[in-house]
Amino acid sequence: MANLKPTPRTTPAPAAAAHARQFDLARDSLRDLNAFLHRRAAAEGVTLVQISNPDGAHSIACGLNSALDVHIHGHVGYYAAGMNKSASVTVHGNAGPGVAENMMSGRVHIRGFASTAAGASAHGGLLIIDGDASLRCGISLKGGDIVVGGGVGSFSAFMAQAGRMVICGDAEDALGDSLYEAVIYVRGKVRSLGADARFEPMTDADRATVTDLLALSGMDHDAAEFKRVASARSLYHWNADTDQEY
Amino acid sequence: MTAIKKEESAGFDRQTIDYIQRAAASGLYEIRGLGAKRRVPNFDDLLFLAASLSRYPLEGYRERCATKTVLGTRHATRPVELAIPITIAGMSFGALSARVKESLGRAATEVGTSTTTGDGGMTPEERDSSKILVYQCLPSRYGFNPDDVRRADAIEIVIGQGAKPGGGGMLLGQKVNPRVARMRTLPQGVDQRSASRHPDWTGPDDLVIKIKELREITDWEKPIYVKVGATRVFNDVKLAVHAGADVVVVDGMQGGTAATQTVFIEHVGIPTLAALRQAVDALEDLNMRGTVQLIISGGIRSGADVAKALAMGADAVAIGQGVLFALGCNSDTYVEGNQHLSAAQDYARLGTAPGYCHHCHTGQCPVGVTTQDPLLELRLDPAVGAKRLKNYLKTVNMELTTIARACGKQDVHHLEKEDLVALTVEAAAMAAIPLAGTSWIPGR
Ligand code: SF4
Repeated sequence: MANLKPTPRTTPAPAAAAHARQFDLARDSLRDLNAFLHRRAAAEGVTLVQISNPDGAHSIACGLNSALDVHIHGHVGYYAAGMNKSASVTVHGNAGPGVAENMMSGRVHIRGFASTAAGASAHGGLLIIDGDASLRCGISLKGGDIVVGGGVGSFSAFMAQAGRMVICGDAEDALGDSLYEAVIYVRGKVRSLGADARFEPMTDADRATVTDLLALSGMDHDAAEFKRVASARSLYHWNADTDQEY
Repeated sequence: MTAIKKEESAGFDRQTIDYIQRAAASGLYEIRGLGAKRRVPNFDDLLFLAASLSRYPLEGYRERCATKTVLGTRHATRPVELAIPITIAGMSFGALSARVKESLGRAATEVGTSTTTGDGGMTPEERDSSKILVYQCLPSRYGFNPDDVRRADAIEIVIGQGAKPGGGGMLLGQKVNPRVARMRTLPQGVDQRSASRHPDWTGPDDLVIKIKELREITDWEKPIYVKVGATRVFNDVKLAVHAGADVVVVDGMQGGTAATQTVFIEHVGIPTLAALRQAVDALEDLNMRGTVQLIISGGIRSGADVAKALAMGADAVAIGQGVLFALGCNSDTYVEGNQHLSAAQDYARLGTAPGYCHHCHTGQCPVGVTTQDPLLELRLDPAVGAKRLKNYLKTVNMELTTIARACGKQDVHHLEKEDLVALTVEAAAMAAIPLAGTSWIPGR
C-alpha cells in the first residue's frame, strides 16, 4: 500500500489569464466541458484548464487531442483522460476505472489512488499514479509507460504487448499473465506471476529505464531495488506440449 | 471372396473417426475459417406469401420500391444513411489483405452502403475507399486510436461474434506479417490469440459508461453500434439497448470467421433465424423498434434472405462470407490480367478443393482473398474484386425489391412477418411464423 495522506481537496487558482479557463462541474455540463477541450480550447489559445467539483463524474477530459494542461480538483469516475493524445491531465484526487485508457501520448497524473484497468490498452504517453492501482492495471498495454507509486492489484499487465510498467510497491496475483513484449519493473513483493511471465536479470539498460521513469514521475527510489518481469514467450506459438489452458 | 460389409456407425462415422485420430496425432484442436457447416433451421425454411386477391402487388419493373436505410437515429447527431439495407460485416485487415479491404470499400461506396473494420485496426486503404466506414472497438483494441475513432462514421463495440460467442480473435503466425504485426503491436509471426473480454469494462453497467465515453470523445455525433454473438439474444439485446446503443448487431451461429476452433463454430451459439426473432421480441418488449435499429448477420446469402430478415423485423443485414464468395472464395480460378487461371493445385496443396475450402487460417488462400502472402494477394485485383462485389450486392438488392414489390410494398422496410410462412415445424417455432397452410405457431 502506498503511504499516501488523504488526497487534499485542492482549489483551482483563479484563471484570469487569457490562456486559462475554469470549469465548475457543479454548474457547467460535462458535454460543454469536453466539447470545449476538443474544439475550442486550441482555437481560442487556451492552454490551461482548471476543473472543480468533478464529484466522480465519468469521462472527464476524455479524447483530448492538443497540448493542453488540465487540472481536475477532486475525484473522478470512469475513463478520465480516456484516449488522451498530447495533453497533460492531472487529477488532484482519486480516479475510477479505466483512467487514461487507450492513451496515445501526453501525460496523465493521478495524485491519489486509481481503480481497475488504469492505463488499459495505452499505446503511448506516461501515466503516473502516486497511490495504489487496483486490478488489471496496464492490461493490454500497447506501448505506454505506467509508473505506480504504490502497489497494483491482480492481473496487472495482463496480455500487455509493449511499453513499460514500474511498480514501486507490491503486486498481487498473476502479474504479467500472457505477456507479450511489455516489461514490468517491480520493487516490492510479487504474490504470483501469471502464465508465461518470468523474472529476468536487470541489465544496465533496465536500471537506466527505471531511473528515467522514476525521475519523470517525481518518485524517489533506487533502481537497484527493482526486479524485471518479462515474457518467457512460450505461448507465442501453438505447441501441443505447452500447457495452453485457454 | 466375401463381399466387404460396409456398415458405418451413426455415432462414430468416418468423419468422427478422422477427428479422433487427428486429435490423437496432434494434441491440438482443429482451427478453420468460414462458418458452421452443419444444417440448422435458416431462412430457406421460410416462404413469402406474395400479393393476390387480398393484397395488391407493385409493378415489378416500373414502380419504385425504396431501399434507403438510416441507422443510428436514437442519439447520434449524424446517423448513417445507406442506399440499401445490406452492409458489409466486420472483417479484419490481417484476415484479409489490404487489397481486399480496398475492394470492399470501393464496392460498398458504389452501391451506397457501409463497410466495417475488424480486429486489426483501420487501414488507410479502407478509409479512403469507403464512404461510410464503421470502426470496431474490440476486446483486443489492436490499433484502436482516437484519430480513427474521429475518422469513422460509426463505432461498433464488439461483444461477440456468431462463429465464436465468448471467444477471442485468432490469427495464426503465417498471417502476422510485418505490417499486420505493426498495426497490432505484436511480434511478427506470433500465433495471435486475442482477448475475449474488453480490458476496461466488465458488465452491462460498465457498458453504459463506456458508450458515454465514446460519445463524449466523438461529441455525440457518431452512432454507436453494439454487436453480440447470438446466444441469450433476448437478454443481450435488452442490455445493449439499456446501455445506450443506437444500433444492435446480432450475429447468428452461421456467421463466418477467419480462424476459430471447429468445436466453437459448430457447437456454440444459436441459429440466425432464432436469434433474429429474439432480438425483435426484445426491441418490441422495450417499445424500441424504430428507435434502436437492428442489423442481423450470420449466413445471409441472397435477396430472399435479406427480404425474410427485414420481414421478421431487422432494419438491415450484414454480409461477410457472401462477400468473400463474391470475391472468388472457393472458385476454381482466379483472374490475372484478363485470364482465368486455375487454382486447383493450390487448393490441393492445402488438402482441399474448390467448394470445400475453409482454410483461411492458413494464410495460403488459393484465390488471394484471405492472405497476407505478397504473391498470393496479387491474385485479387482490387478493381476486379470491387466489380464482382458490386454486382453481387446489386443482385441481392434487386432480388430484395422484387420480393417486396410482389408483396405490395413500396419500401423494403414495409415487409412484415405477416408476409411469411414457415416450411418446417422447427422454423415455425424459432421464427414464430405460422407453419405454411396453417395458423399454427408451435409454442405460442
Ligand atoms: S478460398 Fe480462400 S477465402 Fe475461401 S475458404 Fe479458402 S482460404 Fe478462405
